[in-house]
Amino acid sequence: MTAELRPPSAAACPGCLAAPVKPIEEAPKDARIALSLPGIHCQACISTVERELAATPGVQTARVNLTLKRAMIEADPDIRAVDLIPVLQRAGYEAHELDPGALQATQTDRAGRDLLMRLAVAGFASMNVMLLSVSVWSGASDATRDMFHWISAAITLPAIAFSAQPFFRNAWAALSVGRLNMDVPIVLAIVLALVTSLWETSLSGAHAYFDAALTLTFFLLAGRYLDYRTRAVARSAAEELTALEVPRALRLTADGTEEEVSVSALKIGDLIRVRPGGRMPVDGEITEGRSELDRSLLTGETVPVYAEPGFGVSAGEVNLTGPLTVRASAVGEDTSLHRIADLVAIAESGRSRYTSLADKAARLYAPGVHILSALSFAGWFLYTWDLRTALNIAAAVLIITCPCALGLAVPAVTTAASGRLFRKGMLIKHATALERLSQVDTVVFDKTGTLTAGTPELTNLGDHTSADLEIALALAEGSSHPLSVALTRAAREAGITPAKVSDLSEVPGFGTQGVWRGRQVRLGRAAWVGATQGVRTVAWLSVGEGEPHPFYFSDALRPGAAEAVAALQKSGKEVLLISGDTAGAVEALAQRLGIVKWVAEALPQDKAARIATLTDEGKKVLMVGDGLNDTAALAAAHVSISPASALDAARVASDIVLLGQDLSPIPDACDTAVKATRRIRENFRIATVYNLIAVPLAVAGLATPLIAALAMSSSSITVSLNALRLR
Amino acid sequence: MQVLSYLIPISLALGGVGLLAFLYTVRSGQYDDPEGDSRRILSDEWDDHPKP
Repeated sequence: MTAELRPPSAAACPGCLAAPVKPIEEAPKDARIALSLPGIHCQACISTVERELAATPGVQTARVNLTLKRAMIEADPDIRAVDLIPVLQRAGYEAHELDPGALQATQTDRAGRDLLMRLAVAGFASMNVMLLSVSVWSGASDATRDMFHWISAAITLPAIAFSAQPFFRNAWAALSVGRLNMDVPIVLAIVLALVTSLWETSLSGAHAYFDAALTLTFFLLAGRYLDYRTRAVARSAAEELTALEVPRALRLTADGTEEEVSVSALKIGDLIRVRPGGRMPVDGEITEGRSELDRSLLTGETVPVYAEPGFGVSAGEVNLTGPLTVRASAVGEDTSLHRIADLVAIAESGRSRYTSLADKAARLYAPGVHILSALSFAGWFLYTWDLRTALNIAAAVLIITCPCALGLAVPAVTTAASGRLFRKGMLIKHATALERLSQVDTVVFDKTGTLTAGTPELTNLGDHTSADLEIALALAEGSSHPLSVALTRAAREAGITPAKVSDLSEVPGFGTQGVWRGRQVRLGRAAWVGATQGVRTVAWLSVGEGEPHPFYFSDALRPGAAEAVAALQKSGKEVLLISGDTAGAVEALAQRLGIVKWVAEALPQDKAARIATLTDEGKKVLMVGDGLNDTAALAAAHVSISPASALDAARVASDIVLLGQDLSPIPDACDTAVKATRRIRENFRIATVYNLIAVPLAVAGLATPLIAALAMSSSSITVSLNALRLR
Repeated sequence: MQVLSYLIPISLALGGVGLLAFLYTVRSGQYDDPEGDSRRILSDEWDDHPKP
C-alpha cells in the first residue's frame, strides 16, 4: 500500500517513465485531476462543486462521485490541482489533491465487476430454475416433471460452472495445502447436489436439488460481493490517502537550476531544494540555508528545531521558514521513515493471532457438517443397503446445513456498519477491525497531531500592551512561520492594527526583524533576541529596549478531541496519553482534557513497549496516533486509528483511518462496533436455529427440495434483515 | 401441455433479455456512484435540457 513501492505511474508523472529528467510540466494535453472531497454529502453539494469547477477557466468537465467523495476533472494542461483547491475552499468544501495514478486500481475495478457478473448469472439461473421447481412442487408429475428437471439441469450446469468458480478455486487452494475452509463444504454440497440430482433425473426420480444448488451459489455470491465492496471502498479510500502524499521533489542540476522529479528517482548525493512548508523527501545533511524544522510527525515534539548547514535531517520533517538545500544520504527504502518498518513488523506479529468470529464459526462448523453428512450416509446405507437413498439423504443434509446464512452473517453486518461509519468519516481498512474495536477497554492517544491539530494557538495575548502587540503583529505578518501565523490570527481577532514597521525582513531560522521609530525590533527565537529558551513553545519580541516579551503558544486542540475523550471515559474506558513531547506540554494538555495517566518524552520503542505491557495485563488497547513515532505502537495495539493527516507509514499500520478533522466519531465507532459484533453473533444464532430445525428432518430422510429451499431462503433473508437494522 | 413447448423458451428468452440488460449496466459503469445517482435525480439543474 505504500506509494514508494509502486513504480511511477504514467498518469501521475508522465515524464518519469520515459525520461526521468523531463520536468513535470510536460504533461499530456488533457490533464486529469482527481480531488478528494471529504465534506460533500448531498445533492446540493454535487451541484455546487460541479458548477464551481466548471466555472473555473481552463476546466472542461468536472464530475463528482458522491459514493467515493471524489471529483474527477478534465482540464487544460496548465491547470493544476492547487489552482482548483482554493476555488472549492471558497465554496466551503475541504479538498485535497489526489494522484490519479494511484487511483487507477479502483477505477478499473475488474474483480468487482467479475463478481457482479457471476452474481447476476446465478440470480438469473436460480430464478428460472426456481419457477420450474415451483411447478414440480405443486404437482407436476411423470413426463412433465422429468422435462422440467432436464431443463433445470440444462440451465444449472453451465450457470454453476460459471458462477461458482470463486468457490471452486478457494476450496482447491485450501485442499491442496491440506486445510479446510468454509468453501470446502460449500463446493462439496454443490457438487454432491448436482450429481445426485442428475442421477435422480436420469432415473425419473421425484427429488432434484438443482434449485437449491443455484440458490446456494446465489446467496453465497451475494455475501462475497458485499464483502468485496466494503473492502473495495476502504481500499480505494486508503489508496486515495496514499495518493495525497508528496511524490515529487526539487532536484538541483549541475548548472544550478531546479527540476521537479519523482521522489523515487532521487539518488544518494543528489542536492535537493526544500521550500518553506515542504516535507523532506530524503535523509540528508543541509548544505545551504537556515531554517527551522518541525519534527512533530517523527518525534512528537512541538517546538521547532533550528537548522543550519551541516545539520542532519530525516525524511518526513517539515521545513518551516527558509529554503534549504539538502544533500541526500539515504533515499527511498533506506530513509529513517522506512527503517521504522522493522519495528512495525515485530509489533504486528502479535496481532495476526486474532481469529475472527467467522473463522471460529467455520472451524467448528466445517468438520461438523462433513461428519454429520457422512454419518447419515453410512447410517442409511447400512439400514437400507440402497446407495441411491443414502446418497440422496447425504446430499440433503449437506445442502440444508450449507453455510448460506453463515456466509452472509458477517459480510452483511460489516457492510452495514462500515457504511454507517464511512458516512461519519471513518474508514475501516481491516476486515476484522470492527470485531477488535468492540473489545477495546483502554484507549491510548498520541498528543501532537492527534489530540492537537498541529497548529499553534497564542495563549497570553492579554499580558501584552497594545503597543507591543501592534509591533508584534506588524512583524508576524511578514512571515509564514506557523507561530507568526497564529500570532497574526489572534491579534487580528482581538482588533489590533499593525504598527508602522519599516525595513521588514525575515531571517530564516531566527525570526523577523524591522525598524520601528528608529529602533530595531525583532520577533523570533530566544537566543536571537537575547532571552533564555524555556521548555514551552514561545516567540520573543524585542522592542530595542528593556526585557524581551514572551508570546506563549500551545497546540490548538483538534475539533472533537475533548468530546471524544469525555465520551470514552464516560463509557468506562481507560484513557491514556503517551507523547514524545516535553513533560510540561503533555501535562498541560492532559489536565485540559481530564486525562489522569500520561507519559511524556516517550521514544517510539517506549510507546510500543507500553502498549505491549498493557496487552500483557489483559487490556485490549485502542491506539490513536499519527506520527512516525507512533507507528510501532499502532501496529502493536489490538486495534488502531490514525487521522488522515498522518504519515503514510502510520496509516498503513492502522486499521481505521479518520477522514475528517474531527475526533468525535471515535467513541461512536466503538459503540457501532459493539453493536455490529452483537449482530454477527445474533446472525450465527439465527443460522444455527434454522439448522437445528431442518437438520433432523434431513437426517431422518424427510427433507424435500421444498423444505431445503424454504430453510435456506428464509434464514438468509432473516440474517440480512437483522444486519440492516444497524444502518 | 403443448403450450409448454413454446412458453418455456419464451420465458427463458425474456429472462435472458433481463440478464443481458443487467450485464450492460454493469459494463457501462452505472453502479459506480449509487449514492450520487440517487441524489442527482433530485437536482432541477438540467430539467429543461440535457447537460451539454
